[in-house]
Amino acid sequence: MIPEPWAAIVNAVIYLLLAPVVGGLIAGIDRRITARMQGRVGPPLLQPFYDVGKLFEKENLVVTTTQNFYVLSYLVFMAVSGALFFSGGDMLLVIFAFTLSHIFLVLGAYAAFSPYSHVGAERELIQIIAYEPMIIITAAGMYMVTKSFYVSDIVQSAVPIVLYLPGVFIGYLIVLTIKLRKSPFDLSTSHHAHQELVKGVTTDFAGPNLAKIEIAHWYEYVFLLGVVYLFFGFNPLLAIAAIIIAYFLEILIDNTTSRVKWQMTLRSAWLVAGTLGIINLGVLYYLRMVIVP
Amino acid sequence: MQVSQLLIFLVLFPLIAAFFLLFARKSLERNWIVKLAALAIGAVSLWLLVAGFDKGMMMFGVSGKALDLAMLAIELVIAVYLLWLGLKHKKYSVVILVVIQAALLLWFELAFGHTLVELPNNLFVDQFSIIMAMIIGIIGSLICVYALGYMEIFHEHHKEIVDRQGMFFFILFVFLSAMFGLVFSNNLLWVLFFWEITTLCSFLLIGYSQTTEATNNAFLALAMNMLGGIAFVVALIYLATLDPSGRLLELSTLLKSGYAVAIVPAVLICFAGLTKAAQMPFSSWLVGAMVAPTPVSALLHSSTMVKAGVYIIVRFAPVLTGTTEGLMIALVGGFTFLLTSCMAISQSNAKKVLAYSTIANLGLIVACAGVGTYNLMWVAILLIIFHAIAKSLLFLCVGTVEHRIGSRDIEDMGGLIERMPKMAVMMFIGMAGMFLAPFGMIISKWAAIEAFIQAPFGLIFIIILAFGGSATLFFWSKWMGKIISVMRNQENVEKTVPQDKYTVLWILTALVVIVALIFPLISSVLIEPYIMDVYGYTTRLAEANIIIMLLMLGLLMIMPFSMLFESKTPRIAPPYMGGRTTEGGMKFHGSLGMSRDLVLSNYYLRTYFGEEKLFMVGVLACWGIILIALVMVVGVVL
Amino acid sequence: MSYLTKSPWILHYDASSCNGCDIEVLAALTPVYDVERFGIINTGNPKHADIFLVTGSVNEQNREILKNTYDQIPNPKVVIAVGICASSGGIFRECYNVMGGIDKVIPVDVWVPGCAARPESIIDGVVKALGILEEKRKAMKIPAGDTA
Ligand code: SF4
Repeated sequence: MIPEPWAAIVNAVIYLLLAPVVGGLIAGIDRRITARMQGRVGPPLLQPFYDVGKLFEKENLVVTTTQNFYVLSYLVFMAVSGALFFSGGDMLLVIFAFTLSHIFLVLGAYAAFSPYSHVGAERELIQIIAYEPMIIITAAGMYMVTKSFYVSDIVQSAVPIVLYLPGVFIGYLIVLTIKLRKSPFDLSTSHHAHQELVKGVTTDFAGPNLAKIEIAHWYEYVFLLGVVYLFFGFNPLLAIAAIIIAYFLEILIDNTTSRVKWQMTLRSAWLVAGTLGIINLGVLYYLRMVIVP
Repeated sequence: MQVSQLLIFLVLFPLIAAFFLLFARKSLERNWIVKLAALAIGAVSLWLLVAGFDKGMMMFGVSGKALDLAMLAIELVIAVYLLWLGLKHKKYSVVILVVIQAALLLWFELAFGHTLVELPNNLFVDQFSIIMAMIIGIIGSLICVYALGYMEIFHEHHKEIVDRQGMFFFILFVFLSAMFGLVFSNNLLWVLFFWEITTLCSFLLIGYSQTTEATNNAFLALAMNMLGGIAFVVALIYLATLDPSGRLLELSTLLKSGYAVAIVPAVLICFAGLTKAAQMPFSSWLVGAMVAPTPVSALLHSSTMVKAGVYIIVRFAPVLTGTTEGLMIALVGGFTFLLTSCMAISQSNAKKVLAYSTIANLGLIVACAGVGTYNLMWVAILLIIFHAIAKSLLFLCVGTVEHRIGSRDIEDMGGLIERMPKMAVMMFIGMAGMFLAPFGMIISKWAAIEAFIQAPFGLIFIIILAFGGSATLFFWSKWMGKIISVMRNQENVEKTVPQDKYTVLWILTALVVIVALIFPLISSVLIEPYIMDVYGYTTRLAEANIIIMLLMLGLLMIMPFSMLFESKTPRIAPPYMGGRTTEGGMKFHGSLGMSRDLVLSNYYLRTYFGEEKLFMVGVLACWGIILIALVMVVGVVL
Repeated sequence: MSYLTKSPWILHYDASSCNGCDIEVLAALTPVYDVERFGIINTGNPKHADIFLVTGSVNEQNREILKNTYDQIPNPKVVIAVGICASSGGIFRECYNVMGGIDKVIPVDVWVPGCAARPESIIDGVVKALGILEEKRKAMKIPAGDTA
């Protein structure tokens, strides 16, 4: 079922307004927990907001003015894909809009024509192709369980989706590490300081542009965790608990592993999608088509 | 004019133009003939659309017996010609194939010539044919116009190649005529005839430059296509054996005659389709065909001729629906899509990337048609349309860029946005059309996923799409990144591009966007009625989603204007290069006073996506599948 | 107070220090001092930085780099010279290849004395710099005519 237009629009607006707040808070909590894991006190909870506020106060320094366009498009389409998701839209459309927005980030980095940005962009692309199959398999899996690609249907389904899709869920968590730019898969850029690639894909973005990228990340966090919610849609409390645990796990992994090469990233992500994902769906398909025709 | 007259006009008129071109000595004459003919062909194609879009399937009788014989005679003449060429160039595999095919044809004529009755309806047209005709008539004639300017410069740049432009345009227009014939023919004998003509045109055009490489590749293409041609003839012989009166040779009758009768010819003809559409294991001919001048690659090897291969498979899709044979064909398409998408990652030659991407998309169409449910059929036709437009645009852009910068290597296209801004924008749009939401190809990919998931064994294809799709993303994005990277101190070399070429390119660019905008209309006017006729029910995307897509497209189009409304005036600074850069020149100062230019190169991931390795895998897998399908067919025959 | 003072990101550049001051700078990031408490991050990238923290003296090799890097920091920005070398050339002052302190090449806002400078004084210097940063921000706004 296609969601009611008004309810959908209201949800989309709520997402557009609240997601940056929630996303920023998540980032703040993340930084504090990370600091504690490293035996530090860490920044204030609202630090991410200060950072973004600061970046907007800075000068718009660019290598080429086209960067502004790419970054704005990245932010806008990230917001659009999240809004589509939270308004109950078609999962596949959401995924395509999501990809589109990332391509803009990559193009922005390419536009700068600098060694660090360039390698960052290539790595970002490798990350995209590493996680994409798994995300599509996730959508396909949800369809197989709920018979719908619409987020509104999937979330209302009383079926415990995660029990049908355990492999897909684990696979999703693994590619989530890539998406959240967490170690060991933070190839293209990460939230940590000094690294071999300066700041990778974001190296040549400064001031307001960097702020927009940061806000886009917040939108992205909320959307990605929203997908985790779908697996547990039958029980909202459980779903929230799952999100918290999943995110905590990501932080833990982030702080206990070191960055791997792109080869390893691509291989492990495709391997996960290719084994856990496919086997899970295959079994489900078999059960659905053969046992209960 | 009656619709039937329009059809005959479209088949014959290019032929007439072709003969004039053969004798046009001056380039001015040639210019006028090509432009006027292109205009006429385009206009009549549109007329056909207006006259025929709401009429459903229409069949026409054209007195056939004499024509049939004439066609046979021409085919035999061609066979003799090819035989001579094959012997001359010592291509004995081609010689053998030609002999086999000619023998089969002769035998067919001798054994069944007297029993065949005259078919009542040799020509037909329905919405699918109209779509194909639009592609041939509009995109095809645009490419011919483009070719005028291209060939002039081509010969300026390559003095060593004999200028045979008269011949070149002659073949181009003969080809257009054959393509029209192919999509309007209801008589399988005619389809075969036109099919062979397109093979011949392709062969001659690939070999145009007469270098050793070109000749070899031309013969490779010929051999592989002959293989398909032989399968086609065998299918005809089988049909004639079933019913010596030859009524089954009528495509429309055959398609309605049910699994038992139609499956064997369907598989054989689809095999021919696979060779023509350069599916694995036959993909190498299309890659080799890239030695031809770029308009040829655009016209024959991406937007029309190879589409004939998938056209025939889509025609037979209703027969294949739900059959194991259909699944096998779909698997060949699916594997081809996956592997060639990956192989494109490892290529830096722009035309090769386009070739692999073409093969991949044809593979996707074959996969859709092979599974053959009604909604997949819808996707297949949509793919044919979107792909033809975007890919021909890209080929022509690459051709133009190549003439300006003297290279077709993607690595040399860095900073094109500075050097040839208009061209870069057009390429950007063309590429967006190939892989970005909400443009054409992604609409199709989306619809394909939604359709495959409901189809039997669709899961396999979902997975193929998931992996192949992301590979597609990689090679397009990095190429896109290359052309939009803003390098310093680049000179604009665009002004020297002739105006004609621009007109063609802008029209194609506009078409990419327009078709993405109006595809719901195309779907409801042309595709859905056709699917309805064939299957009895039809499909479309949900209305809300279409609206969202259109909004996204609108958003995408207004985004560039954001650059006009900067709140803060940007300050330009050179990119960060560890502090070592000097302004402007982007040079690294090395030790001992050396200074080195900054060179950035894309990733090609050859260890993972290397051409040879994946090709071997594909050839083995696809031969395996094809053999299984053929064995199954033999099983049915026995 | 603006956001700028709550989130000063630092770019640390080692001009030609003996590494003594660098180690002290890095010490400020360790759990003992944990400057991230104040939102301070040590970025490796001028384009993301607000505070340019330089150790060591200027010589022929790094003069251009220092200048380039400084130019690539978006405004408003402040420069801190850490250690006596960065301030005046220090014990290397008389070397044939040393030009002197970094103020020979780029404008310096805060001088942090010491050989090596202590982490406490470095943090103190950063805090001083924040005040200057805030003033620069205000100064930047007026010519642009955005706000009064
Ligand atoms: S000031 Fe002292 S510790 Fe610092 S760099 Fe100079 S010599 Fe080394």
